[in-house]
Amino acid sequence: MKEYTHTNYQELSGQLRLKVIGLYHQANAGHIGSALSCIDCMIAVLFLNKGENDTFILSKGHAAAALYASLNFLGEISDEQLETYYKDGTTLPAHPAPGHYKGIPFATGSLGHGLPVSTGIAQALKLKNEEGYAYVLMSDGETNEGTTWEAMHYAVSNKLDNLIIVIDRNRLQGFGRTTEVLGNTAHVATYQSMGLDVVQADGHNIGELNTIIHQLKEKKNGKPKVIVAETIKGKGISYMEDRLEWHYLPMSPEQYATAVKEITDHYLTTAVIPS
Amino acid sequence: MRKEFSQSVEQLAREDESIIFITGDLGYNALENLKEVMGPRFINAGVAEQNMIGVAAGLAYKGYKVFCYSIAPFVVYRCLEQFRNDVCFHNLPVFLVGNGGGYGYGIMGSTHHAIEDLAVLSGMQHTTAWIPGFADEVDPVLREIVNRGKPAYLRLGAGKHTPEGSYQSGSFKVLHHDTEAEITIIALGPVANNALAALPQIGAPANVLSVLSLPLLMTPEISSILQKANHILVAEEHISIGGVAQQLSVQLLENNIAVQSFRSLHAAGYPDKTYGSQSYHQKQSFLDTTGIVQNAADLISTI
Repeated sequence: MKEYTHTNYQELSGQLRLKVIGLYHQANAGHIGSALSCIDCMIAVLFLNKGENDTFILSKGHAAAALYASLNFLGEISDEQLETYYKDGTTLPAHPAPGHYKGIPFATGSLGHGLPVSTGIAQALKLKNEEGYAYVLMSDGETNEGTTWEAMHYAVSNKLDNLIIVIDRNRLQGFGRTTEVLGNTAHVATYQSMGLDVVQADGHNIGELNTIIHQLKEKKNGKPKVIVAETIKGKGISYMEDRLEWHYLPMSPEQYATAVKEITDHYLTTAVIPS
Repeated sequence: MRKEFSQSVEQLAREDESIIFITGDLGYNALENLKEVMGPRFINAGVAEQNMIGVAAGLAYKGYKVFCYSIAPFVVYRCLEQFRNDVCFHNLPVFLVGNGGGYGYGIMGSTHHAIEDLAVLSGMQHTTAWIPGFADEVDPVLREIVNRGKPAYLRLGAGKHTPEGSYQSGSFKVLHHDTEAEITIIALGPVANNALAALPQIGAPANVLSVLSLPLLMTPEISSILQKANHILVAEEHISIGGVAQQLSVQLLENNIAVQSFRSLHAAGYPDKTYGSQSYHQKQSFLDTTGIVQNAADLISTI
């Protein structure tokens, strides 16, 4: 994977957003809002922090398009491979599949799997006395899953301070607002009381996320790390922002044109034609 | 078999630094040796089986071979999706070990039984389920599991010693072969002990085979035995669906082996909603020696 040292984060975020909505448009598929809410967190981890011996698991597998677009940008997924997204015979289905790309170490899509697996990876690094970090990106709705609580207690108990959990807290889940469903299960104080090292952040401020991750990596304090990243579902496209339906809907051609224009206007200094 | 199991794992762990053993908070008076010998490679994951399997997958991804131990139902059903998605899809060396498969936990009740485990697990991608019938089979099976380095499930029960002269062929072990036999009794794992005890009481020569692994792997040799002694009685401490009898029937059909009669003795569940020891449930399911004798005699007399 080539190293990416882009410092114009907004430009990068815009380009990836365009790539992501281009994929969804081509596939006539949904989960757009979920991909757009986590893409800045993904940039902070994948582009700015992930080292050779680190792993990254996208536990909220329904945001796969954001991961595919990122890995394409980083050179691990070719344009030809990306072109097959959602099509018969692809290695890039709607949720990440196993066994094709180093950057996709585990198949995800059923929520609540990425954290225990990343916990195991973090523990393996400790047992082997290796440097490295296990990153996992979850959604706040996903933290409803009982494995969140099993794994967090396990990680605390085993002092896995090389585990970095990023929670994309867009406050919307499958069929309602998180507060209306189970309440806030991505609660900073709850995690702190369990013994995790927790930081709350603006999940769309890549610079801030980057600084926080750098700081957390340096803290060899025996505590697993959590970043509760406050985000907006559908971020960057006005008609999608903070709306439940954009967990599911595909875009009409008109909506796609609007989306491209809004992202281009807001994020990009120079116009880019999306692929 | 638990003693043989812990001794064997201890030896394997001494030989292979990459072996990790995780228990779901069980092993009192049984696994202390492993805790002692394995140090940080012995992990108590607490009462959290889903996380245990996910963690095991992560460890396996980084090069470890990982045993996950609990009472059979707890390591099979609660964390089934973790095993399927995190382990089997990725063909990782994570080995589930279920103590007391079938009705092994007897009077502990239905929550502690595992009578659908093989139907569920022997169909998983890349996975082999192992069902040793005799205590001396545990060590070679464990070595095979570790050497293969693929997802596996080991169902531990209670068994005596493998009879002299037994030999393995595919999934089967030929425990008793009689060239005059008209009937072949095929027993899953430890039920083979009951089948062997039944043998002298049937009143006719019979073959006894055990099934050691699933999915069922046939060989020409086993086909030949079944063709000659083609009254087939299957006895398994497992439900009929997805177990030995069903897997065998597909193999018989695909291999054009005509049988004169075929009967499946299997775990009956809880037919009258009563509970008891393992032998009580075996008796209810006709898997005890008497049940096997009666059904074998009945099959032959229907010629």
